[in-house]
Amino acid sequence: MSTNGKSSMVTINLDGNDVEVPAGINLVEAAGIHGTEVPHYCYHPQLSVAGNCRMCLVEMGTPMRDRATGEAVLDENGVQKIGWIPKPIIGCGTNVSPGMHIKTKSPMVTDSREGIMEFLLVNHPLDCPICDQAGECRLQEFATDYGRGYSRYVERKNVKPKRTKLGPRVTLDDERCILCSRCIRFCQEVVDDDVLGFVDRGSFSTLTCFPGKELSNNYSLNTVDLCPVGALTSTDFRFKMRVWFLKESPSVCTESSAGSNILVSSREGEIHRITPRRNDSVNDSWMTDSGRELYKQVKSDNRLLSASVSGNSLNLSEAISSAIDLLKGKNVGIVGSCRSSVEEQYLLNKLSKNLKAKKFLRGHFGDDDGILLSADRSPNLRGNLVTGFSNKYPSDVLPELAQALEKKQIDALIVVGEELSESGVDLDDVNIPVIFLGTHQNKTSELSTVVIPTLTSFEKSGSFINRNFRLQSFKQSVPGPAGLLPDLHIIVSLINGLSEDADQSSDLASIWKQMSKSTTNPLHGIVYSKIPGDGIQLDGAKWDSLPFVEKKALHFSPLKQTQSA
Amino acid sequence: MAKTVVLQRKPLSLSERTYLPQIVTGLKTTFSNMFKEKVTLQYPEEKPSIPKNFRGVPTLVKDPNGREKCVSCQLCEFVCPPKAIRITPGSVPEDEEDREHVEKAPQEFEINMLRCIYCGYCQEVCPEEAIFLQDEYSTSGYSREEMINNKAKLYELGGTLPDQHYKWDKKKIAEEEGNAH
Ligand code: SF4
Ligand code: SF4
Ligand code: SF4
Ligand code: SF4
Ligand code: FES
Repeated sequence: MSTNGKSSMVTINLDGNDVEVPAGINLVEAAGIHGTEVPHYCYHPQLSVAGNCRMCLVEMGTPMRDRATGEAVLDENGVQKIGWIPKPIIGCGTNVSPGMHIKTKSPMVTDSREGIMEFLLVNHPLDCPICDQAGECRLQEFATDYGRGYSRYVERKNVKPKRTKLGPRVTLDDERCILCSRCIRFCQEVVDDDVLGFVDRGSFSTLTCFPGKELSNNYSLNTVDLCPVGALTSTDFRFKMRVWFLKESPSVCTESSAGSNILVSSREGEIHRITPRRNDSVNDSWMTDSGRELYKQVKSDNRLLSASVSGNSLNLSEAISSAIDLLKGKNVGIVGSCRSSVEEQYLLNKLSKNLKAKKFLRGHFGDDDGILLSADRSPNLRGNLVTGFSNKYPSDVLPELAQALEKKQIDALIVVGEELSESGVDLDDVNIPVIFLGTHQNKTSELSTVVIPTLTSFEKSGSFINRNFRLQSFKQSVPGPAGLLPDLHIIVSLINGLSEDADQSSDLASIWKQMSKSTTNPLHGIVYSKIPGDGIQLDGAKWDSLPFVEKKALHFSPLKQTQSA
Repeated sequence: MAKTVVLQRKPLSLSERTYLPQIVTGLKTTFSNMFKEKVTLQYPEEKPSIPKNFRGVPTLVKDPNGREKCVSCQLCEFVCPPKAIRITPGSVPEDEEDREHVEKAPQEFEINMLRCIYCGYCQEVCPEEAIFLQDEYSTSGYSREEMINNKAKLYELGGTLPDQHYKWDKKKIAEEEGNAH
């Protein structure tokens, strides 16, 4: 193999067909690329290879060469003979090499898989009806493919601990564990928090936490997703809903600027869980435990569910028109949000241009864990830069706004979601109309003249730009509360109501047409519906000089030495 | 095409014109039945006997130890064609001694009898043999809500059925005695 680009592909023979695969990958991946599934349990593309489950056994042969001379050994037709290894080998631990032959469907391979399945099921409990993994269980799936349908085992099955609490969020059922060690490797390799291990031997091997430790890191729930069976279960999701009722929709985590790709599982408009979606350029297959809890905001008690003007509930359109009346002809200030979508920020910027409004922006910051929880605790700070809403790096206080209010330069304020008292702005004795757009109650919404409820990212579509300047779109997963409209509609009604000649559409496609027009903007030429599932990398070089707070983390390295905000 | 043949109607005979023989035959049947055994049931005072494989109202049953068998696996909810079943799964508290090893049980279980089509799929799919269509066939109510059988009602209708497996008993014995190591 040479190192130039072209020969980074090698040709192997997969079940009798010559196919091209990237050099250096293993046989499970190679077969997967060409649509042949090699069943596996312990292998995970983003963890080290352990090779302990033996489910991925395949037959392998290499072209024969004479030992003494190194000459190719030919058969009577002049074709190089294939030296088949007499025993099956594990596909996960074997990398492709040029000319390699693999059989994934031969009787020996099927036999091996059936044998492995029988052994795995020897001590396995008949728990499927009460097992949360049922429906997405690899053991169940391969048992239908390679199981014998009845058991030859007449002895009493091993009994192991059930309902073990490994940590605050993970419950372990040891009987179901197939000892694949994925969870152990995850803790060691990804989170660097070595807490899990096997004790005892043979069929008594039991997964457990090391004495005095617990699985409590902020990534513990990834072990639940990783676990091919129902051994590790989420204490929050446990026994709540069967997976076959859940509708999954792709979304992006809003916890921090890491922008983990997620799947939102809902049934009849109610979200039941959030799991990571694989994106090898952003979050691999992981996400934080804290990010999984965010769905609870959708139904939280302080959710804003109806519009109000001076404390009286009104319907949405009445509230919007009284907001328009209050804003007409005023010196408006707009407090944008790093939690709004790119499209909302673009429209808010447009609104502020039309009104010649002063713009303010606040950031939210926390500690960086160096994996998927970044110091910037808002999903879309960079969207404000790209859409032009802000050209400065926001801080978590707004002294300019406090000043402007004091000097009475502003006589009406639009606030998107922010809680101003936290950012050093006191609205208590400010006597100007405040229009609040947001999903949840806070001190600012209580002091606002007009409160317009908006939707959470689970209830609307849009896009965010993450810490890598990667543009990622999210789709509506569940319908919003009755009577509410997406933020875009509200901003559009403000735009259209406040300037006579404005004719802004709230349709995502047409907003994107406007946004992607300018050739100098990184969004140039992007069509919303064509944003791929794993996002588009934007060029953020223009903003290199800003003091971004994120530290080096999974798939992210800060371009310049960062200072803390 | 077949040719249409016009048939000539035969003239009626005297006995046919008076209907007398027919009336007499009819009366004979009527009178002979008056002296036969009664076959009509005085429903609803009298109830028919229901064959064993009859598909009546779906009910939840308990095992001979009086424990609920349903583990809220929700397979019946999934399979039910008219979506008559609604289950809220729940867990068995860890301190409930004779059931804690079962781990899972329904918090609420509702079957909407206005939707149910008595197909028996729920009984067929149940891995725990916990739901049976038994001999109850007449349900009525004054409101739609009344026609929804909740968990308490379903167990009341279901009662206890013999159980060959004693799965949970076996599980408990296994748990208590276990394979020593
Ligand atoms: S781990 Fe899979 S096979 Fe085992 S009980 Fe759970 S669903 Fe069934
Ligand atoms: S708990 Fe799950 S992931 Fe961990 S070793 Fe057992 S089967 Fe594998
Ligand atoms: S009998 Fe059929 S329709 Fe009725 S509850 Fe069962 S599955 Fe549903
Ligand atoms: S009745 Fe049977 S099928 Fe239905 S939830 Fe209970 S155990 Fe499952
Ligand atoms: S996947 Fe290859 S040995 Fe487990």
